[in-house]
Amino acid sequence: MTEMAMAAGHDDTYDRGRLWVVLYLVTTGVVLLLMMLAGLVMRLAQSGWLALDPELFYQLMTVHGTGMVGIAAFGGAALMWHYVSAYIRLNSWVMGTNFALFVVGVAAILAADLIGGFGGAWTFLYPLPAISQSVWPAWAAELHLGGVLIVGIGFLLLCLEVGRGIIATYGGLSRGLGWHVLFLNAKDNVPPPAVVAATMVVIVDTLALVAAAAILVMSLVNLAFPAVEVDPLLAKNLIYFFGHTFINATIYMAVIAVYELLPAITGRPWKTTRPFLAAWTLSTVMVLVIFPHHLLMDFAMPRWAMVIGQVFSYINSFPVLIVTGLGALAILHRSGIRWNLVSTLLLISMFGWMAGVIPAVVDATIAVNSVMHNTMWVPGHFHFYLLLGLLPMIFAFMIHMARDEDVRAGGGDLTAILYLLFGLGFVAMFLAGGWASVPRRWAEHLAEWMIWDQIASVMAIGVIALTAVFVLIFLARVPRMLHPR
Amino acid sequence: MTVQTMSALLSLVAIAALAAVFIHVRLQAHAARDYAPVQARAYRIRTVGFWVLLLVGLPISIYLLRVHPYAVAASPPQIVNVTANQWYWEFDPAEAATGTPVEFRVTSTDVNHNFGLYDQSGRLVAQTQAMPGYVNHLTHTFEAPGTYQVLCLEYCGLAHHGMIAEFTATQGEGQ
Repeated sequence: MTEMAMAAGHDDTYDRGRLWVVLYLVTTGVVLLLMMLAGLVMRLAQSGWLALDPELFYQLMTVHGTGMVGIAAFGGAALMWHYVSAYIRLNSWVMGTNFALFVVGVAAILAADLIGGFGGAWTFLYPLPAISQSVWPAWAAELHLGGVLIVGIGFLLLCLEVGRGIIATYGGLSRGLGWHVLFLNAKDNVPPPAVVAATMVVIVDTLALVAAAAILVMSLVNLAFPAVEVDPLLAKNLIYFFGHTFINATIYMAVIAVYELLPAITGRPWKTTRPFLAAWTLSTVMVLVIFPHHLLMDFAMPRWAMVIGQVFSYINSFPVLIVTGLGALAILHRSGIRWNLVSTLLLISMFGWMAGVIPAVVDATIAVNSVMHNTMWVPGHFHFYLLLGLLPMIFAFMIHMARDEDVRAGGGDLTAILYLLFGLGFVAMFLAGGWASVPRRWAEHLAEWMIWDQIASVMAIGVIALTAVFVLIFLARVPRMLHPR
Repeated sequence: MTVQTMSALLSLVAIAALAAVFIHVRLQAHAARDYAPVQARAYRIRTVGFWVLLLVGLPISIYLLRVHPYAVAASPPQIVNVTANQWYWEFDPAEAATGTPVEFRVTSTDVNHNFGLYDQSGRLVAQTQAMPGYVNHLTHTFEAPGTYQVLCLEYCGLAHHGMIAEFTATQGEGQ
């Protein structure tokens, strides 16, 4: 740790930042459980085990999708802030501002969806918010989109603050990505892996959030003045550019836990090597350009965009599979560690991320997408790397915090193993549904599809119970964590 | 074997292989060794993995670009105009013959929908988005006569799941 990092790690700013990190994680745990319960209700309805009005189903689907994307980013941001603030000086008021905007935005979204009846999905594909056949009023759509915009502004401020801190400490975002090391073989001022990852997140999320703001404002203008129309294909491109980039960035934030905790647990360093930097630069570019793989069935898109959507999506798997994934396995292999809850969750997270990439790349192949797009295969792959990749990273971080950041802490890891097994069962049923051509986002399923839904419902109960265990372990220690150190 | 089954099997095998690696690392983690030889071996694996992904996987990915649904014949023998609405389908005409390509010209009058064509076994065989202001051209050749179903595969509001219609494939001449 540099002198600057040492200084940043022990001043009042850092302590206030720690307070916000804990509050973010408390919020993450609670909201996560609520969103999981909403997901369970939807799976039970699709199973035929719960009578649910389709109108309520689609409202819950909108809350679940929007809420999960938001809370994944919220938890990831807390994790990133915690570790990056050990290397760069950050202003904790930005965390507080983002927290306040998040609360206001979420309140607006919940009121719009559950009181106003808005059910336009997290994708709010233009012009659906304005054309619902009077299922929801215009004010509900406006309130929902306004709420998302407010949440987005909060995250944009946070990204700008982290970016400012990186520029102030390292001399630029290119140096945060380590280009002086990668291209000039410099030996000084080498950014640690956490800073490299944070730089990437700042770059891609800033662009994604600006795109989101653009389409949100366009949609709001259209709601207020229907004569002002938007090109639906442009709207779709903006929405998927935002959504794809933003949700992927949540994993790039959370993987910082792997970079920071595995070396501390094993005593083996995770060094910033040139292949590591090349991988992160590649990821930065790829994440921004591969979003057309969401639009492969939009035949009006230019062919070159489809080629990028397929081929670059495949190339985008390289950094995950052979740099971060393999690096984590190397650090753990024959390291002499005794597995505990934190280290096992981190191991699961790397498996979930790497394995989730496989059905994603398969689906990004145009020939496959023709018969898999918008089937259950799609939630199958993203639940794979969010449920078994992102969340175990966040749980590991929560439990690490609950253990006073003592990497020597022992204890069993049975709950993590059970989480893996239930999680695998849950995502496998999505993938099986995709194999069986079951459409996604259907409130009611045909009888022949329900077997996948019923098994998934049972698995979901297990996942939620184990998530509750992890969250409760964390919540039980919150009073101690908030005491000044 | 269908594309769906091939995709599922490929994914299953790859995920199982990856799981085997992770289980191996977990079981071997307790044995403490110097990091240097472990790291050197990991670097060798990384190098091999990179070249395999690049020299084997990338050409396959590029080759697979040949298989796509975007090609449109200059003068298609059969044309069906498809219009999606909240929440019903309109086909003009509502049938086509087997054995010769059909060009579906798909659009929407209101929001985004998705024309998903299902065969008699309930398997998705082709699809394209239905967008307001755009016409997507999907070419498909029916191999067997019978009643096919069209399902909406893009969320379009309250009765999205009820947007199911039938399309008839008749026996083509010389079939």
